Amino acid sequence: MPSLKDYRDRIASVKSTRKITSAMKMVAASKLKKAQSQAEASQPYATAMAEMLARVAASLPADFAGPKMLVGTGADKTHLLIVVSSDRGLCGGFNGNLARRTRKEILALKEAGKDVKIICAGRKVFDILKLEFSKDIIKTYTGIGQKGRIDFSSAREITDFVLNQFEDGAFDVCTLMYNEFKNVLTQTPSAQQLIPFKMPETASDEAESKAAEAGPVAPYGFEPEESVILGQLLPRNLGVQLFRALLDSAAGEQAARMTAMDNATRNAGDMINDLSIQYNRARQAFITKELIEIISGAEAV
Amino acid sequence: MTDAAVNTFSFKLVSPEKILMDEPAMQVVVPGEEGDLGVLKGHSPFVVTVRPGVVSITKEQGGEEQKIFVAGGFADISAENCTILAEEAIAVADLNQEELEKKLTDLKEDLGMVSGEHDKKRVENALKIVKAKLSAVTGHLHV
Repeated sequence: MPSLKDYRDRIASVKSTRKITSAMKMVAASKLKKAQSQAEASQPYATAMAEMLARVAASLPADFAGPKMLVGTGADKTHLLIVVSSDRGLCGGFNGNLARRTRKEILALKEAGKDVKIICAGRKVFDILKLEFSKDIIKTYTGIGQKGRIDFSSAREITDFVLNQFEDGAFDVCTLMYNEFKNVLTQTPSAQQLIPFKMPETASDEAESKAAEAGPVAPYGFEPEESVILGQLLPRNLGVQLFRALLDSAAGEQAARMTAMDNATRNAGDMINDLSIQYNRARQAFITKELIEIISGAEAV
Repeated sequence: MTDAAVNTFSFKLVSPEKILMDEPAMQVVVPGEEGDLGVLKGHSPFVVTVRPGVVSITKEQGGEEQKIFVAGGFADISAENCTILAEEAIAVADLNQEELEKKLTDLKEDLGMVSGEHDKKRVENALKIVKAKLSAVTGHLHV
């Protein structure tokens, strides 16, 4: 049976743990706010880019085949997965869920006889995936957003690498795996195909309905011609999509950490209550025992 | 009609990270890939690619021109709107000539040393942007 001192020490240790987790929760909350406002600030560019893509695609001649990035290489042999996770842990199932989803995806692809290549953005998912797929991981990026904010240059660095690989014909299909930020409580691991690029249907529908409302307008002019613009827009769009995923993931990480630390703080509180009850019981038992000893000693005399 | 609101259109300069500028303008000169474009209100709808160069914005009749350097991007022009998507933008007044000249020599050295098609392309791109920045500062062409 543990002594009274053991109980006291344990209670003190859980209390200090609670202090740490509640501090981490508050830090995560403030970082989340920052990450969310950054994600919001990046919206206009992404929206404008999507509108422009839809516009260019809509006015392409029907017989135009489109650049490789849009129509694909014609093969479906090698898949490149870009997995965006966090560098740090202590954020609940954030990285684990994504790694599990990615693993399922990889195994399914391999089952179908495809080759798989992996790019990890973020250390955590690399740590998990390297156990099984170390030879498939071609590159790992860490330290993204270490300074508290994510620069577009991080996204561009990865994009450049991916584009170079694509030009060299190193892969046919590129899919982005990341934690989509639904709300503070929910982040869903999701997959988005980047190459060949799938035009977002809802966006073009919206643009169409908007155009219909506005009535007939003069047709758009393009300089240089549509196909050239499209060829330049698509690589940029890749960067935008990646940047969005990085931002989503960063916000999701902080949200997940906040939730996890909130739970941890609550659990520590419960544990302190339980331990206090046990401590009081043990103390009472000790007092009773001492009393019995004194009384029986007195009786013996 | 001299009313300011009648002659202006909404001008936006957007980077991936945030909106840099969002205000009415009277005239904007966009450095298009195939030549500069002067945009006034009522311009026919147009999508152009933007080369590294200077965007000049005039907010009102006879007002001062605001010059901003953009490192390439796209412009979406319609009768009431002009939106420039730029990955990098900086006011011309904030560019430092000495720094740029140093960077230019560095990059020229780099170009001699790098091997591999991709690296070469990357350095060449950087070189193009630095040259355009220098032209923006000094006002004459650097080749």
